[in-house]
Amino acid sequence: MSRIGETFTALKAQNKKALITFITAGDPGKGLTVPMMHVLVEAGADIIELGVPFSDPMADGPVIQRASERALANKVGLKDVLAMTAEFRKSNTTTPVVLMGYANPVEHMGYETFAKAAKAAGVDGVLTVDIPPEESAGVSDVFKAHGIDPVFLLSPTTPEARVEQVAAAAGGFIYYVSLKGVTGSANLDTEEVARKLEMVRRHCSLPVGVGFGIRDAATAEAVARIADAVVVGSRIVNEIETAPEGECSNRVRHLVAELRRGVDAASK
Amino acid sequence: MKLTDLPDSRGHFGPYGGIFVAETLMAALEELRVEYEKARNDPAFLAEFEYELKHYVGRPSPVYHAKRLSEAYGGAQIYLKREDLNHTGAHKINNTIGQALLARRMGKKRVIAETGAGQHGVASATVAARYGMECVVYMGAEDVARQSPNVFRMKLLGATVVPVSSGSKTLKDALNEAMRDWVTNVESTFYILGTAAGPHPYPMLVRDFQCVIGRECIVQMPELTGRQPDCVVACVGGGSNAIGIFHPYIPYEDVRLIGVEAGGSGIASGKHAAPLSAGTPGVLHGFRSYLMQDDNGQIIETHSVSAGLDYPGVGPEHSWLKDAGRAEYVAIDDDEAMAAFHDLCRYEGIIPALESSHAVAHAKKLAPTLGKDKIILVNLSGRGDKDINTVAKVAGITL
Repeated sequence: MSRIGETFTALKAQNKKALITFITAGDPGKGLTVPMMHVLVEAGADIIELGVPFSDPMADGPVIQRASERALANKVGLKDVLAMTAEFRKSNTTTPVVLMGYANPVEHMGYETFAKAAKAAGVDGVLTVDIPPEESAGVSDVFKAHGIDPVFLLSPTTPEARVEQVAAAAGGFIYYVSLKGVTGSANLDTEEVARKLEMVRRHCSLPVGVGFGIRDAATAEAVARIADAVVVGSRIVNEIETAPEGECSNRVRHLVAELRRGVDAASK
Repeated sequence: MKLTDLPDSRGHFGPYGGIFVAETLMAALEELRVEYEKARNDPAFLAEFEYELKHYVGRPSPVYHAKRLSEAYGGAQIYLKREDLNHTGAHKINNTIGQALLARRMGKKRVIAETGAGQHGVASATVAARYGMECVVYMGAEDVARQSPNVFRMKLLGATVVPVSSGSKTLKDALNEAMRDWVTNVESTFYILGTAAGPHPYPMLVRDFQCVIGRECIVQMPELTGRQPDCVVACVGGGSNAIGIFHPYIPYEDVRLIGVEAGGSGIASGKHAAPLSAGTPGVLHGFRSYLMQDDNGQIIETHSVSAGLDYPGVGPEHSWLKDAGRAEYVAIDDDEAMAAFHDLCRYEGIIPALESSHAVAHAKKLAPTLGKDKIILVNLSGRGDKDINTVAKVAGITL
């Protein structure tokens, strides 16, 4: 079983839900990412999503776009992200790391080369947001062959007939995007999400994480009641962007601890 | 497999094209694919499209023998397909009418578009006014500054123009932003994509709507010259005017098809917008094609005096035609395009778009290498009124 599978199994045994936290690698600085990953874990994250910077992040809102631009200004590319993961693994061998990004940097490196390097670095899952299952033949199989879980998205617009197809290609967990729109969008209707998840679970045995629109303990708790995992991205990146110099890790630690309390409150 | 049978059912032209978008857009693209499949087989839809092209756009556009230009260039006879004479001044309207009719068929009341030079934005705003739809146009902040007449035109036509300040502030960033709008408003909104690129079915449907250009030429050239041309030359940014004139000519194997990319300050300088001439395959904006990218797979900034060609990718069918050897692709730099712009003004009394001037500039190079009995057909994709500020600036003149 992969580190992602083990994490979900262990949490289930404790009757807990997973907290998945996202940061963009190289934001705000190249040397700050690995320490920040440790902060996320210390504050209560179960899985880390590490954003691979891309020049044209079409599916992201302004907050993560700006993080990507800062990281690119720091000259952080896919190879650096793999190096950061390897560095993180030197002192953490249990927390799963999922790379999240766009097809082109991976395609440019070559899917096979990337999968080998990612596995060697200690990457557990990869989500390329612009590779749907239809285009993933020869991608998710390569990832799976190297022991990397291909993570896929489901959205409110995904018809029931497609859910099965997405689930068949996926590994690790399914990421349900709770809102139409880009990352960092506004409000969340948990009742509507709950209805959708019921349908998703009929076709998919993988754990389901829900993201988009989670910003505090209350929204984290509401989502943890219906999903297997709560995914938080823009809210954390926003904290990194707005923190005064030197305050970044404290701010993030505080926020993630709050989200953790929210997630755990759902299991009480 | 014949070159004209592509794309396959998932939008692939060999290894190029496809659907590379986030899950949220998959259902909308499938809806569009299904609806377009019905529309292209619906005689009523096709008849309305044809009616609009004739009575609203003014088609067929003429083919014109540029005799003085041919004489000056000292070789082959140059003929111009006058897309610049269309309503709104470019080939873009052929596509926006087709897509607006599709939007109406699908019950969408709001349309969005991205634009570089502003020609597609104007053509989208025009059809939105014509069919009574709300229209939002995304335009790179840099392009808003260098194409101000078109920005004002769009506003006159009732569209909202949103300047995009992310990334390089040009066409690619406008496209990112339009995609983001579409993801967010996918149920109410139809995305009128301006070139034969993007995720399937866009490259196919834009091509189909633009193929009227080539189909007319196939009838007009024999009427004028007794035969088909030896070469067809068109500028390539995203590549919609080029694919529109190339595609019907693909089965005519004796006709050379030549796409002209923007060479900017020259290919060697790295400051250009010529992915087919100097790029490598990759994935951007929902499809696989030749791209301008760095060693990390990041998209690099493009440079061209012409906003409409200032794009790091190219429609997937062009990548396929290049690899298949059916079309050739060359680059023309800013200075050469500018010289051709002035040539056409002075010799023929036609002010061409800077985009189209790239095609004319290649004809200038090609003509002297061919005999006087040879025929070059240049797609004059748009008129240059929108570019006079840019041309004046390059010449150091303040208007």
